[in-house]
Amino acid sequence: MSATNVVPQQQFERETYLNKVYGMWSWLLTTDHKRIALLYLISITFFFFIGGFFALLIRLELLTPAGDLVQADTYNKLFTQHGMVMVFFFLIPSIPAVLGNFLVPMMIGAKDLAFPRINLLSWYLYIIGGVIMLHCMMTGGVDTGWTFYVPFSTNYTNTKFVEAGIAIFIAGFSSILTGLNFVVTIHRMRAPGMTWSRLPLFIWAHYATSIIQLLGTPVIAITIVLVACERALHLGIFDPRLGGDPLLFQHLFWFYSHPAVYIMILPSMGVVTEIIPCFSRKRIFGYSFVAFSSIAIAVFGFLVWAHHMFVAGMSVYAGLVFSFLSYAVAVPSAIKVFNWTATLYKGSIHYDAPMLYAFGFLGLFTIGGLTGLFLAALGINVHVTDTYFVVAHFHYIMVGGAVMGYLGGIHFWWPKISGKLYPEGWARLAALIVFLGFNLTFFPQFVLGYMGMPRRYWDYSHMPEFQVLNVLSTAGATVLGVGYLLPMIYLLWSMRYGKPASDNPWNAAGLEWKTSSPPPTDNFKEEPVVTWEAYNYEELDAPPQALEVPVG
Amino acid sequence: MLNNFPLWPESASTIAHRVDALYIFLLIVAGMMALLICALVIYFAARFRSRPGVRAEQIEGSNALEITWSVIPFLVFMVIFAWGAVVYFQERTPPTDATEVYVVAKQWMWKVEHAEGQREINELHVPVGRDVKLIMTSQDVIHSFFVPAFRIKQDVLPGRYTVEWFHATKPGTYHLFCAEYCGTQHSGMVGSIVVLEPAQYEAWVNGSPNGPLSATGEKMFAELGCSSCHRSDMPGRGPNLQGVFGKPVELADGRTLTVDENYLRESILDPGSKRVRGFQPIMPTFQGLVTEEQVNALVAYIKSISTAGTRIGANAMPSAVSASEGSVSSAAQPNGNQVQQ
Repeated sequence: MSATNVVPQQQFERETYLNKVYGMWSWLLTTDHKRIALLYLISITFFFFIGGFFALLIRLELLTPAGDLVQADTYNKLFTQHGMVMVFFFLIPSIPAVLGNFLVPMMIGAKDLAFPRINLLSWYLYIIGGVIMLHCMMTGGVDTGWTFYVPFSTNYTNTKFVEAGIAIFIAGFSSILTGLNFVVTIHRMRAPGMTWSRLPLFIWAHYATSIIQLLGTPVIAITIVLVACERALHLGIFDPRLGGDPLLFQHLFWFYSHPAVYIMILPSMGVVTEIIPCFSRKRIFGYSFVAFSSIAIAVFGFLVWAHHMFVAGMSVYAGLVFSFLSYAVAVPSAIKVFNWTATLYKGSIHYDAPMLYAFGFLGLFTIGGLTGLFLAALGINVHVTDTYFVVAHFHYIMVGGAVMGYLGGIHFWWPKISGKLYPEGWARLAALIVFLGFNLTFFPQFVLGYMGMPRRYWDYSHMPEFQVLNVLSTAGATVLGVGYLLPMIYLLWSMRYGKPASDNPWNAAGLEWKTSSPPPTDNFKEEPVVTWEAYNYEELDAPPQALEVPVG
Repeated sequence: MLNNFPLWPESASTIAHRVDALYIFLLIVAGMMALLICALVIYFAARFRSRPGVRAEQIEGSNALEITWSVIPFLVFMVIFAWGAVVYFQERTPPTDATEVYVVAKQWMWKVEHAEGQREINELHVPVGRDVKLIMTSQDVIHSFFVPAFRIKQDVLPGRYTVEWFHATKPGTYHLFCAEYCGTQHSGMVGSIVVLEPAQYEAWVNGSPNGPLSATGEKMFAELGCSSCHRSDMPGRGPNLQGVFGKPVELADGRTLTVDENYLRESILDPGSKRVRGFQPIMPTFQGLVTEEQVNALVAYIKSISTAGTRIGANAMPSAVSASEGSVSSAAQPNGNQVQQ
């Protein structure tokens, strides 16, 4: 809530969404999408550092082959809670609920989301889920792995699975409501002239994400209910002794949890698609291909779930189909990468911190995507699935990709959100540290994985040959931790001491930059009328005598 | 520490070399793609860095380029897909004359039974240069039988058999890992695959105190009273099991399936679910009355009285979910693994 403490710097301060009303209740009962975005920002940052703390303990345990830092059960709970917290309480809400919430209405020229109260409700659901998850962790925790495979989760674990399930179930509704709100807002509340082909690609990415949130999340809710019922009532849905099928669970689980990866990465792609044109001073290369590749990813993303199950006991022919479809979904991702790269061509490239994060995203997402080609190859998947190769791959996508994009976006829009400039030098340094720390942490894990180190191993004293790479990885995690702490410190610092930001410090295209920083509660003084295409950097950079320049 | 620091796993099976070949191909292809993108990004970022007075050149896009960089990657992907699928089918198709070994997984150990009767825990002795087929099931949760040096892995499920095979090419001792998270001591569920020279292996086999697995099964077949219905000398109340393995059989509901290990197993534990046409649903379930090892022995016996080959579908589809009849309460789970809640 420290955002409320911004000291007025001018005697007659302009009214903004931050200073219009004061006090705790003005925040807890707000229906302003921008304030709800900040509520989300504070909450997910809290969970990010909890999840990060667990990750640090995991890495410290793996520094030595013996299981010597924590007990086996504790370790199992650490990686379970790390996964559950990071996936359901950080990554899934990260960009949509913070940047999406803040920017979707402003980018399309609306005053707010279509359902402001539902937006607030979604934050409360998230908080209720989060509090239950915290309670669960503080009173014993769960050891099922975030994937909570049956029959371990239904018949064997004696940890608090049902409580964690309830937390995820409730948080899931928060995600559904955000998706619902975005879909309706994007359809119904665009400003005059803001046609679909003029939408910023951030909006297209969020539209695709919202569809997945709406259609996918109910499936994980159903799955949790089925597991809870099986656990309590022994219905025989999954238990083979009662005629059930444990593989059915995996199909249901991955039907949501694979598209969930796209809930995390698509918004991040949207952020990068805003940053790269701005700092290249160019329109995006291949607008419609980037837009439709988001939709293609959302659609194909629903058809590849069983590539998590190639060794699970599924038919070889099912494996064939899902391997093929996994390659199909790789094509739209490749299209995006090529279009971002082509956008740089003949640009006028600036190296501000958001752009450094975007470069980092490009590199890490490319490695994450290319290693996905290894995993989708059936013959290789058999060897590397459930090893550190998979761990490295999905961290490259979900941390290297999604978190880099998230941090880039936070920096890019920080002047708009806070009205203050962040310290550029520190921000560039942090971007560099995150990039180096990330690679040092996760690249050795590819090698470890191909050598055969299984994931979720607390103790590897039978295979001391894995130690060197684990030491590298732990060293990298420490660097990465510093890289994540830095922005938290200097962004907080900038709220009080940062230089005031102009309305459009980057001279960026997009309606959100045409209003003041920070924006007024209603976003715009008068409803904007859009007569230009997205990424009209040519007009923005035109000599002053020819066209108006928005920067004062 | 450094003399104990390899960056590549040992390759000790026929499949390992095929997986490595594809992996190296992918390293090259992915490496080239990554280099291409990195080189372009770095070159563009340096070449087109902002300079005073130089403005960006606006480019709308290019359909030709878009099609190029969609189609070429797709074609490359299809090569990888096809190659990966070929390797996968080799991994998943056990040779018909493979030596069979039964594996029972439980929290947190691997129990191994050889057809010749040897039993091992967390160890598997095999001869070099012979096809070995593992017929695996779990007593509790899902495990996964992973031998990095052979590049093979297969989840081991409760309630059915899954199959994995390999052909070891190099004597030595190799890691065996459980690769599917299975609870507290998941990381302790490790063991060794000991690959022996044929002569050493013969000596090891002959040191066994137990008779062949099928002989154990034959004894049980009589003790459990199976033989009173499944008769080979005259028509009984159950089908004659002589020679049925590997043959098609018509079910009461009109379907036809091939008798494999999974079908035999299911018919012992849940006889009502896939009843053979022409027989009454009178067979009691043996769920909870026989251990996983005893089921394996019975299966091995029934196979031994069949003249057909021993190939089974690598991973038969899960049993029909309709079958709730004839199942028993979970309390009867053998081997004392208490089911919680």
